[in-house]
Amino acid sequence: MTTRPALVKGSRAVRSTIALKMLMAVSGLIFVGYVLAHMYGNLKAFSGQEAFNDYAHHLRELGEPLLPHEGFLWIARVVLLLSLFVHVFCAIALWRRAGRARTTKYVVKKNKHSSFSSHWMRWGGITLLLFIIWHLLNFTVGRINVNTGETGDAAGDPYTLMVQSFEVPWLTVIYLLAMVALALHLHHGTWSAAQTLGLTNNATSRRNAKAIGTILAVVVAGGFSLVPIFVLAGVID
Amino acid sequence: MKLNLKIWRQENATAPGGIHTYELDDVSEDMSFLEMLDVLNEQLNAEGEEPIAFDSDCREGICGQCSLMIDGEAHGPEVTTTCQLHMRSFRDGDSITIEPWRADAFPIVKDLVVDRSAFDRIIQQGGYISVNTGAAPDAHATPVPKDKANRAFDVATCIGCGACVAACPNGSASLFLGAKITHLGELPQGQAERDTRVVNMIGQHDAEGFGGCTNIGECTAACPKEIPLDVISRLNWDLHAALRHGK
Repeated sequence: MTTRPALVKGSRAVRSTIALKMLMAVSGLIFVGYVLAHMYGNLKAFSGQEAFNDYAHHLRELGEPLLPHEGFLWIARVVLLLSLFVHVFCAIALWRRAGRARTTKYVVKKNKHSSFSSHWMRWGGITLLLFIIWHLLNFTVGRINVNTGETGDAAGDPYTLMVQSFEVPWLTVIYLLAMVALALHLHHGTWSAAQTLGLTNNATSRRNAKAIGTILAVVVAGGFSLVPIFVLAGVID
Repeated sequence: MKLNLKIWRQENATAPGGIHTYELDDVSEDMSFLEMLDVLNEQLNAEGEEPIAFDSDCREGICGQCSLMIDGEAHGPEVTTTCQLHMRSFRDGDSITIEPWRADAFPIVKDLVVDRSAFDRIIQQGGYISVNTGAAPDAHATPVPKDKANRAFDVATCIGCGACVAACPNGSASLFLGAKITHLGELPQGQAERDTRVVNMIGQHDAEGFGGCTNIGECTAACPKEIPLDVISRLNWDLHAALRHGK
């Protein structure tokens, strides 16, 4: 017989796996708030070049004169980066734990009562992480215009860079696939966060949390997808 | 009916195991799943082969002793325990794969028998209330609202069989923990130790090597007692409260 753990003394709530889950839930909800705001900003593309660029410019002036130029933007960036670090760190810790919890796999195992999205949280999360890195290179850090090969300020104003990027079909496909991953992640993640925060103590609230997850997935991923689809269709140019 | 059984055989905790195939004829559809295995064991005995070790006790679905992963489902295709699963849920000529619960916190003792004492240690960490013994108190001394009494009773039907762990892709025992936390946390008698209970029980759960919950719901679908998923929310809520109280 292998030796079994004895009774543990001095357990602390902050050191539990549930505390890790709570960190994931809170950082995840920060992302939910962010993608909603981001999607709203993207839809400005339908108002034309001037409105879109004005919006981008105003983001830098938000909170002035109380905040310095780009002050709000940097606060948001720091919060998001910290959330990303926490979210990924906890996900890796829990993934490794789950792997160690069952080192011998079943010969036959059916998972027919759980949603497709719930099984895609980890790989979908990696997909989203890779996408976010590319997305930041594409539009924020490097500002790479795939269409013209220009980078930085030469890539054009925000609206031009966006339109010229989505005129490249394969790039649009990558963005749309990323939105599928985002929809799946939001679908399970929203309800899972509500459950982890202890907000779903009966069947009704559980159903509501799942409904909110579905609505958020459709609205956010759908809203994001509108702009690239309409650029490719030539409506936005 | 005639069955083709693929059963996990393993000499002891450390020996390597593997799937062995057995043919079993003349199985009645009125047999329980365990009776079917009893018949197979008699056949093995007659052939001079070592019978298959599996757990069972009450055989009426209330003790939580029987287990078995049947064709990839904990306790098989029906919402009940393996002992209350009957062969009418299968068809003549079926091929059935039978495995033990798989979780590193439930080490295999032999064949289909696993050691579930990890659950006992979790219960030792807070699955109780501390009261003075002596004369029984008056039944109406501590009023309990009817809805809370109902809920406490519903989740107290958890028999600790471990199907939730077996079904969970993360090997988490959160549904078991949640059932115990909700059962005692709904009642006035459970309030005094509410914070320490959740912290100590989850501490033991983690130390035993169970995984974390991802709220996918395979546990509640496999549960023979239909413990609902919201007990995990209650577990999380109680840990949240314990965090606020600095435990």
